[in-house]
Amino acid sequence: MPTASLSSADRYRQLGLTDFEYQLILERLGREPGDVELAMFSLMWSEHCGYKHSKKLLRGLPTDGPHVLMGPGENAGVVDVGGGLAVAFKVESHNHPSAVEPFQGAATGVGGILRDVFAVGARPIAVLDSLRFGEPASSERSRYLLQRAVAGIGHYGNSIGVPTIGGEVYFEHTYEQNCLVNAMCLGLAPRERLIRAAAAGPGNVLVLLGALTGRDGIGGASVLASAELGEADQAKRPSVQIGDPFAEKKLLECCLELLDRELLTSLQDLGAAGLTSSAAEMAGKGGVGLEIDVSRVPLREADMQPFEIMISESQERMLCVVEPERVGAVIAVCEHWETLATPIGRVNTSDRLLVLDEGSVVADLPVDVLVDCPLYDLQSSPPPAPLYRAPVATLAGTETPGEVLRALLGSPNVASRQPLFEQYDAIVQSRTVRRPDDADAAVLALPGGSAIAVSIDGNGRRVACDPRRGAVEAVYECVANLACVGAEPLGLTNCLNFGNPEKPHVAWQLEQVVQGIAEACDALGVPVVGGNVSLYNEAPSGPIFPTPVVGIVGRMPDAAQAGRLGFRNEGDAIAVVGPFNPSLIGSELAKLQGQVPAGALPPMDEQAVRDAHAAVRLGVSSGALQNAHDIAEGGLAVAVAECAIAGGIGARIRLPEDFELFGEAPGRAFVVSGSRAALAGFPLIGVVGGTQLEIAGRLEVAVSALREAREHGLAEYF
Amino acid sequence: MKFGIIRFPGSCDEVDALIAARRVGEAVILWHGDRDLQGVDAVIVPGGFSYGDYLRAGAIARFAPVMEEVAEFAREGGLVLGICNGFQVLCEAGLLPGALLPNASLRFICRQVELDVVNGDSAFTRAYEPGPPARRLSIPVKHTTGRYYAPEEELERIQAAGQVLLRYAPGQNPNGAVRDIAGVCNERGNVFGLMPHPEHAVDPLTGSTDGIGIFESIRAQVADRVVV
Repeated sequence: MPTASLSSADRYRQLGLTDFEYQLILERLGREPGDVELAMFSLMWSEHCGYKHSKKLLRGLPTDGPHVLMGPGENAGVVDVGGGLAVAFKVESHNHPSAVEPFQGAATGVGGILRDVFAVGARPIAVLDSLRFGEPASSERSRYLLQRAVAGIGHYGNSIGVPTIGGEVYFEHTYEQNCLVNAMCLGLAPRERLIRAAAAGPGNVLVLLGALTGRDGIGGASVLASAELGEADQAKRPSVQIGDPFAEKKLLECCLELLDRELLTSLQDLGAAGLTSSAAEMAGKGGVGLEIDVSRVPLREADMQPFEIMISESQERMLCVVEPERVGAVIAVCEHWETLATPIGRVNTSDRLLVLDEGSVVADLPVDVLVDCPLYDLQSSPPPAPLYRAPVATLAGTETPGEVLRALLGSPNVASRQPLFEQYDAIVQSRTVRRPDDADAAVLALPGGSAIAVSIDGNGRRVACDPRRGAVEAVYECVANLACVGAEPLGLTNCLNFGNPEKPHVAWQLEQVVQGIAEACDALGVPVVGGNVSLYNEAPSGPIFPTPVVGIVGRMPDAAQAGRLGFRNEGDAIAVVGPFNPSLIGSELAKLQGQVPAGALPPMDEQAVRDAHAAVRLGVSSGALQNAHDIAEGGLAVAVAECAIAGGIGARIRLPEDFELFGEAPGRAFVVSGSRAALAGFPLIGVVGGTQLEIAGRLEVAVSALREAREHGLAEYF
Repeated sequence: MKFGIIRFPGSCDEVDALIAARRVGEAVILWHGDRDLQGVDAVIVPGGFSYGDYLRAGAIARFAPVMEEVAEFAREGGLVLGICNGFQVLCEAGLLPGALLPNASLRFICRQVELDVVNGDSAFTRAYEPGPPARRLSIPVKHTTGRYYAPEEELERIQAAGQVLLRYAPGQNPNGAVRDIAGVCNERGNVFGLMPHPEHAVDPLTGSTDGIGIFESIRAQVADRVVV
């Protein structure tokens, strides 16, 4: 058996491969890999591309459902929304690039997820973002990352004409070094336009579409996304890609026209690991071989080496398979859209990925060896003591309930998101029925009068306290948000953001969370149709909070009945729907009081919670409920305050004396209002009216003062 | 009545304008590289980021082949409406007075704003009930480069000539536009540009319906001409 020489050991280690992995490559190839081949392996076997620490776990997620048209493994998941239409969606992380260069990192995160969606033939119709930063009040770095990441998201989404209709943002000290930028995209397609990535048809031509290939992003997947960031991050800046939304806009329109004209056999975007992963995945899924000549790839920098061309992560490129007689027509459509189209290779009957440079072989690899990256079992153990230090207290614990309420409404995790959302075009494409802040979920109208709703959720602090139950809560809360607009869930996508999985306590968090998501999805009948994993979000001070972000798409029969967040009519009764058993563990108040995030989250009577979801969904879609709002961060007092602020009208509330006003139990219960008849059977807690929020015996604050506190919270950072 | 909506590479709101225009008449998309206006009765230069807003918003689009035809169409008295990026293009093309500068905040702003119809006696605003008081509209803005500017003497002149058709209502100016100007027309009154997006205010399901009056005004103006 061949063994590695010293110099090659330096080479592969620098590229991020372990000794074990290199030995495996030698065994499977029966020879030493060449330079280009080694570069290709280092990318395909990276955590980012190969999911080597998570793939085994992810097999436990339920992926089947009556509405699923495409599941995990395609560029995006796809569900049937009726009327001959399908919705494709996926969430993906761009954490590491954003921590190095937030504007371009976030912008290209949006660009990448858009390409995943139009790669399956769907027109992108909405973007949502899930962001995490350190504490903005005390950290200049966090303010900088926040401002620039938000600007980058807006830059890409606004310029390409896809509305950003929602999202979430949290601020915790554990994200200080490792910010999270997760972007989710939804696309709409006639069912017959859907296309898969699998290459097919020996003799067919491989055509590269879009931008010139440059040196940007070389090694991004292996260098940035598959190891912890250290002190010398600035040196990694050249690994961050640069986005050009104008190029992508033309590429998008071009691809959709090519599909409408039925000119393509298969389509795949170029993301992490560029041509290498796109070609390997297309060949692997199609069970065919591919031959690529890198000398035909149009370059931005003339002197690029073959390995650079194969692993460049230049943005705004797609790869497609075309029957030879249709190549001319494809190029004509691309010319119309001012988009480059270059035949760079062919499909063949071998099982190999053959890379040529002006005819001479520079790589010749069996596709299965390249694609089947080794998968690792996690060595997990629960941490013996709480993993995370206490946050800095901003409340002393001696404040009145009214003062606490205002402090919570002004805290970065609860305050109005309007300073972020205003930087995003939420209305282009004329489908947006509920904009951010109108309701708990965004709502988009479909042709024919129905609508889809979407929400994205994931409170890392609660997951840090209790990973399994925190993950269950995240799924239930997302479904609860959809219920507030009257929508039934169809499918889920998720992004798992964690620290270093080679550390046992992080491995344990990951296992617990995946089990929790699986358990909740099974119980709710919501299939997982796709997702993404981002590991190694860890700084010398420790890992980030375990942060599963779940995005769920739902459907409702009548767009005109979409629910709203705000109270509406003077005199309406107010009720709490659902088994609400609040606790301060993991709550926003506990954070403001400087408590360590640890302890068991309150248990959940899952059947009762699902009944509550169904009751709210029905109440909203029938028009019986005037508003609906899920009780989340800050508990019942904050939820009622948010309904009052959104509606511009007060409320008088009466609660049991020992009721925990600011205790939390997300995903389980709702604040709703309506006529007494409409609320029959629900426990009434008060009445809508006046200009004050009054909770008998506890607090009395003008709605205008509440609004001011909520609006001020984040505005000062922009 | 047929509207023609121009599509540049990088246009984003052209389909929205198409949908809005079809609420009051026929509408077709016109490609930037074509010189044929297909016999339309009015042209809409839509919002978005034509040519990626490279160089300067609207600066490249004005050189598109179709814009020569639009300029000729305007010289002959045809109605031309520029929305957002379209307003920027028409200013760059010299079809409208003034210029649009980066927002005072230097950031993109997407917001529902209130506008006052300052002159309800124009080809583009005649469908709104005449004031006083000025009709108040709720229409969204979304732009980075929307701060209207013109030199003082020009402002005096266009104001005196009734060319300021829309102003942001008091306290609503989102971008620092001089004299709260949201939309202006040319001296002849047949070319109109505005930063707010009336095409995003035509359906109660997605917001207000206050923008439909712009499209209805154009239809009424075209209809009158046909009668004459």
